[in-house]
Amino acid sequence: MKPTDFIIPCVLAAVLLLGAVKRVNVFDTFVEGAREGIGTAVKILPALVALMTAVGMFRASGALELLTGALEPVLASIGIPPEVVPLAMLRPVTGSGAMALFDGILREHGADSFVGRVASVLQGSTETTFYTVAVYYGSVGIKRTRHTVPSAMTADVAGLLLSVLTVRMMLGS
Amino acid sequence: MMTWLFAGLVVLAVCFGAGTGRMGEVSGAALAGCGDAVELFLTLLGTMALWGGAMRVAEKAKVTEKLAGLLWPVLSKLFPDVKKGSGAAKAICMNVISNIFGLGNAATPLGLLAMQEMQRDNPTPDTASDSMVNFLVLNTACIQLIPTTTAALRAKYGSGAPLEILPCVLVTSLCSLALALMMAFLLGGLGKRRAPAYGRREAVRG
Repeated sequence: MKPTDFIIPCVLAAVLLLGAVKRVNVFDTFVEGAREGIGTAVKILPALVALMTAVGMFRASGALELLTGALEPVLASIGIPPEVVPLAMLRPVTGSGAMALFDGILREHGADSFVGRVASVLQGSTETTFYTVAVYYGSVGIKRTRHTVPSAMTADVAGLLLSVLTVRMMLGS
Repeated sequence: MMTWLFAGLVVLAVCFGAGTGRMGEVSGAALAGCGDAVELFLTLLGTMALWGGAMRVAEKAKVTEKLAGLLWPVLSKLFPDVKKGSGAAKAICMNVISNIFGLGNAATPLGLLAMQEMQRDNPTPDTASDSMVNFLVLNTACIQLIPTTTAALRAKYGSGAPLEILPCVLVTSLCSLALALMMAFLLGGLGKRRAPAYGRREAVRG
């Protein structure tokens, strides 16, 4: 039992208790909100199918490996360990794929090695950008995303550079 | 952009698949991908219902109003076209809170709720508003107090101090978020000058 295991059950219990204390019809209100939530989930299914099919095909094609191979020497010259480059490339595209890769890096290099630490900071401080963009915009039918992707990618690039920099400066390895 | 993203990934996959001789894998991935989407949908269906319901109860009990009152003064700077006390403002605050506490499975449903609320006031329903772009940036940058999953994996592989990365993670995620928001601000202004039609429509609304 971890301390973080408490958060979700306690939040749920607190909300329902507060609702009951304030004489809200807790069950009916919950069901009403849940119905709306299901409606939203149904609305994003087509966008999910489109995106996950495309991402799955892209990953299987080996394009990412080629791109990574091309980028590694460039990034290595500014001090970014080549072992974390595949993780940085995969992280914005797929959460589960990045998690598997991260697991592999820790197993191979150890959690407290320089590579392991950089990978940990990278994994902990970036998000699955494309998935979020597709699902959030797909759910409400936005087609023109304007400057969303370039802005969000800025965070991903900065995340890679800063994770190397902070580990060097703050953990001294 | 969505067209470009979707078509681009598939076309690149076919080109590279042919080049690397992995067409069989690409073909399999196409079919597996749509199956994965349904699997993810089923997971989301449950959590969306759960958090949608909890959120509605919290709203009726005026909990969201209080929490939003605490956060909105800071967040309102990022969402110029969202009114204080509106459903969108509340949903945005709840989403940010779940992100900070690492409740990933609550953050997405609440985020989608916020998108729906913002879309209601969007004068150009096929085009993202400034608030939506900032909201997306906020959600694609990872604002999380304690990276629990990462720390758990580090512990599994024998780290002496699984949470030693915490200061680095905080500095990295806050700085990259700040940079991304600055970029969004700059590009948003630039885009409006290039496409005055969008700016005018915004000006009328503002």
